Amino acid sequence: MHYDRPPMRPVNRTPGNEAPISSATADPIIEFQEVTYSVKGRSAPLISQLSMSVKSGETLVLLGRSGSGKTTLLRLINRMLVPSSGEVVVEGKSTMDWDAIRLRRHIGYVIQEAGLFPHFTVAENIGLVPKLEKWDPARITERTNELLRIVGLDPREFAQRRPAQLSGGQRQRVGVARALGADPSILLMDEPFGALDPVTRAELQREFSELARRLGKTIVFVTHDLREALLLASRIVLLQSGRIVANARPQEFLRIDHPEVKAFTASLQAVPGAPE
Amino acid sequence: MTPWTFMVTHRAEIWSATLDHIALVLIAMSIAIVIAVPLGMVIVQRPALRTFSLGLASVFQTIPSLALFGFLIPIPFIGGIGPRTAIVALVLYALLPILRNTYVGLTSIDPAVLEAAEAMGMTNTQILTRVRLPLALGIILAGIRTATVITIGVATIAAAIGAGGLGTFIFRGVAMVSDAVILAGAIPAALLAILADIFLALIERRLRVQ
Repeated sequence: MHYDRPPMRPVNRTPGNEAPISSATADPIIEFQEVTYSVKGRSAPLISQLSMSVKSGETLVLLGRSGSGKTTLLRLINRMLVPSSGEVVVEGKSTMDWDAIRLRRHIGYVIQEAGLFPHFTVAENIGLVPKLEKWDPARITERTNELLRIVGLDPREFAQRRPAQLSGGQRQRVGVARALGADPSILLMDEPFGALDPVTRAELQREFSELARRLGKTIVFVTHDLREALLLASRIVLLQSGRIVANARPQEFLRIDHPEVKAFTASLQAVPGAPE
Repeated sequence: MTPWTFMVTHRAEIWSATLDHIALVLIAMSIAIVIAVPLGMVIVQRPALRTFSLGLASVFQTIPSLALFGFLIPIPFIGGIGPRTAIVALVLYALLPILRNTYVGLTSIDPAVLEAAEAMGMTNTQILTRVRLPLALGIILAGIRTATVITIGVATIAAAIGAGGLGTFIFRGVAMVSDAVILAGAIPAALLAILADIFLALIERRLRVQ
């Protein structure tokens, strides 16, 4: 007998209780179907005939050199860009059938340098989407404080500060908190730790990998740093000239025999004498 | 007759000319702001209109003020003798600094901030009213401040076409070859410009986001 089962979603994964990342039960929450994206006046498309899916609850890292199309891919998900052909399906619905504003409020977005609104306080930044969604003020404050604690900032100390009064690392934490504002199920991150000094970056990467595990969100994370990819990813997709050249779990990724993969693994051993 | 004694004996007349002067400037500036700020918002999205309107506003600035007043007199409806014509000329002068600063202010915003605003699902109107405008306000105000100071100066020439104001004394003084009379118009006009500059600088400092 067949039963229509409600789609299963891994909720609140905790370290001892890993959700089955690539098992057949996890349904795709984002799907690229033969997507091509090209810009007028450029002969080569930025994305060519690309198909892949992102499963609910996984942390998918898009890895690639500058210009490989990883940011383009990210922006196709929340309809900041529209495919020239093919479809991007989010939660079972083509992005073209989504209302762009609805879709974006439904998806968290974190970018390099955070892009915080300099004229808003930290609390106003984090509470922006809830405010746009007309939550009541008490609930927004509660949510803002909760998120500040989640990203490791004391609300009493930071809620009323302006972005200019924060360090780079703190700004990026606020950026993450803001993206989580209205509790989206999908989080898009475009080199969020790229502009930080190496020590702060390592700190945030470590904390974020913990956080990602705890939140159980679907995360699509763009980076050109293989080390970061290995640390955070449940799956790594390597892009080259708008095409996927590798798609594997981190352990398997390093063993793939492809020149671009080799080029990236070589970058890990770039420093003579450094511990691997 | 020293300038001081002239100013004391004619204080009522100077006071009323000063009020006329302020009225000319306030009316002209209000009109210029109402035209230039929205226009500046529109040309952010329209390159062709941007080139045209910034070019045209620059042309107005290059016309010597006395000539501009003269050109306007024969034009029907807006021309003629009196304050109305003067206000038209003052508006034309004030447009460029406000228009240019509005445009620059709205377009010199950190692209990451605009990207974030779009990605968070703000509509274009919300991005304009809640992000671009508040962030551009300081620069727009700087343009208004420049325009105000220019307008206070140029408004003295409006007396040449019978618009009144502090220029009345300057022209009368030139005709009478009397420094005292000239100064009775020039000193209050200079003070007005300085005060307006300080006042607007204070507001600007409060509004500018670091």
